[in-house]
Amino acid sequence: MAKTKVLLSGNEAIAQGAIQAGCTFYAGYPITPQNELIAYMAKYLPASGAVKGQAARVFIQAESELAAINMVYGASAAGARAMTSSSSPGISLKQEGISYLAGSQLPAVIVNIMRGGPGLGNIAPAQSDYFQATRGGGHGDYHVIVLAPASAQEAYDLTQSGFDLADKYRTPVMILGDGVLGQMMEPVKLSSRKIKTPPVKSWALCGCAGRKPNIAKSFFLREGALEEFNLKLQKNYQIIQQKEQRFEGLFLSDAKVILVAYGTMARIAKSAISQLRNAGKQVGLIRPISLWPFPERAFQIKNNRVKYLVLELSYGQMLQDVRLAVNGRQQVEFLGRSGGGILSQEQIIDKVKKIL
Amino acid sequence: MPKIIINQDKCKGCLLCVNFCPKGLIKKSTKLNKQGLNFVEVDLKDNCIGCMQCAIICPDCCIEVYKE
Amino acid sequence: MEKIFKRGESLYDVATHYCPGCGHGIAHRLVAEAVDSLGIREKTIGVAPVGCAVVAYDYWNFDCSEAAHGRALAVATGIKRVHPEKVVFTYQGDGDLAAIGTNETIHAANRGENLSVVFINNAVYGMTGGQLAPTTLLGQKTATSIEGRTKKAHGYPLKISEMLALLPGVCYIERVSLENPQEVLKAKRAIKQAFENQINNLGFSLVEVLSPCPTYWGLSPKESLDWIKLVMRKEFPLGRIK
Repeated sequence: MAKTKVLLSGNEAIAQGAIQAGCTFYAGYPITPQNELIAYMAKYLPASGAVKGQAARVFIQAESELAAINMVYGASAAGARAMTSSSSPGISLKQEGISYLAGSQLPAVIVNIMRGGPGLGNIAPAQSDYFQATRGGGHGDYHVIVLAPASAQEAYDLTQSGFDLADKYRTPVMILGDGVLGQMMEPVKLSSRKIKTPPVKSWALCGCAGRKPNIAKSFFLREGALEEFNLKLQKNYQIIQQKEQRFEGLFLSDAKVILVAYGTMARIAKSAISQLRNAGKQVGLIRPISLWPFPERAFQIKNNRVKYLVLELSYGQMLQDVRLAVNGRQQVEFLGRSGGGILSQEQIIDKVKKIL
Repeated sequence: MPKIIINQDKCKGCLLCVNFCPKGLIKKSTKLNKQGLNFVEVDLKDNCIGCMQCAIICPDCCIEVYKE
Repeated sequence: MEKIFKRGESLYDVATHYCPGCGHGIAHRLVAEAVDSLGIREKTIGVAPVGCAVVAYDYWNFDCSEAAHGRALAVATGIKRVHPEKVVFTYQGDGDLAAIGTNETIHAANRGENLSVVFINNAVYGMTGGQLAPTTLLGQKTATSIEGRTKKAHGYPLKISEMLALLPGVCYIERVSLENPQEVLKAKRAIKQAFENQINNLGFSLVEVLSPCPTYWGLSPKESLDWIKLVMRKEFPLGRIK
């Protein structure tokens, strides 16, 4: 890629971000609406040039989402920057492996381009996997870092950050987008850094020459050992909560109503805000970029008369985190749709006018 | 003369070696080891032939075999 | 005096958690002996299953990974593709490899992944308390087939080795038994062969090991070995399958 600015869909931008972040292993299984991602990886990953310390760049179309995430487990345990991607029903299947990754402190990037649910749902954009993404998703006391891009550019950038965060904290990182973001074509400015060299991982499985054997595992049978390990995980999560909250704030200094939305929903919210501002309405925006850790800091607004309006393509999942962050200090309203319908600017503007 | 040495603390008393010793040199002990199990003992007064049958079948790798 | 039989470097000098007479202890040793005899301890990466052998990495002195139940061959695929020059193997029981992990097993074999598999068939789920396994024999009583396995209720014992032999990506399959020292030595040769095949880049190799579970067969250790010889081998004949 010689050009620095290219037109990419969100799915492709994630894939390109991963390649430049030094991802050397991708395993996936086809599912709409993330198929451009797996296709891009199949086409470009193996031929994308060597990464220092890695034998090759590997693409595998796995026999299932379960196999894909467990291949990622193996590749990550072996020291590679590893990634998989899917959409909601496929992510449900991957939860087993995500729990094992968290329990084994293995870094990985998992992309969820959300579609409607529950069950097979439909293939329309949705944000109804927020709970699954931010509450761990599988069994056990764990979290994954969840990053929610709102543009192809941000999808590209956050995927690269995702690999860095995954290695830094030895944790799975989820890139949470929706079908609109995945399919939408936008110009993306590619970073000048070509291919990142991942950090040396002393814990990786690569043969025990000159050292004691390394073991990748999440099993702690000795009495007290699991509690000890879980406390270590919790400490890591506390550090992540302190250091990795990310959000975008707009017009927070004078806003009487603050819209809270992420991903595609935040783009629509911004258009509504621009219209409302033109009409002289004091409306602002908090756009969480990290969904876990949730950017509670954004909600430290002193004016008790401020009202929040949470907008989601679900029936109120992030809403719970906003209420926890606001902790009863201010009024929290909600507007959401799920199942394929997308909230329009008009619906948002009507609601804002009612609560202003 | 060949001989065997049995790690009696690791022995679980499964007696497979007793069954496969062609000379019948290995016997269950009446004593218990650290695990609370009846381990096996060898009586080398009849000649051990160093055939290694006992060591090969031992699931707990308790038996070492020596030869001149 | 010269020590002619001893524990090798790849097997830690610790007591295992296995029941008296359990075949896992022998099979673990055979894996370690194969690794040591090929001089590959420092480039070997094992993948342990879920089942009785879940902590096999506590007994082997080389790099190891756990795998979720049934996913060992997916995990091994990831490791091997990242480190094609290392020797990667899975060690799996019948429930792991031939029930919950059948999909991973078939597809890793069909891709011809250059891996070695040690498949422990003891016709029962051990760790969870002796339930019906895919390889449980017709008539065999288990915790979940109280009157014995029937064709009607449970279907037939699954011959996954014969099924895998049909796949072009598979280079070597042999069924061996731990029923007596002579057969144990044959098992040792087969496991070593599976590792050598991988070193020679020949593709997917699997050794099915008929292994005793005295506890859940309700037999003494010696009776268990006899049961393999007299009963189990009729359903699962020994020898080179591919």
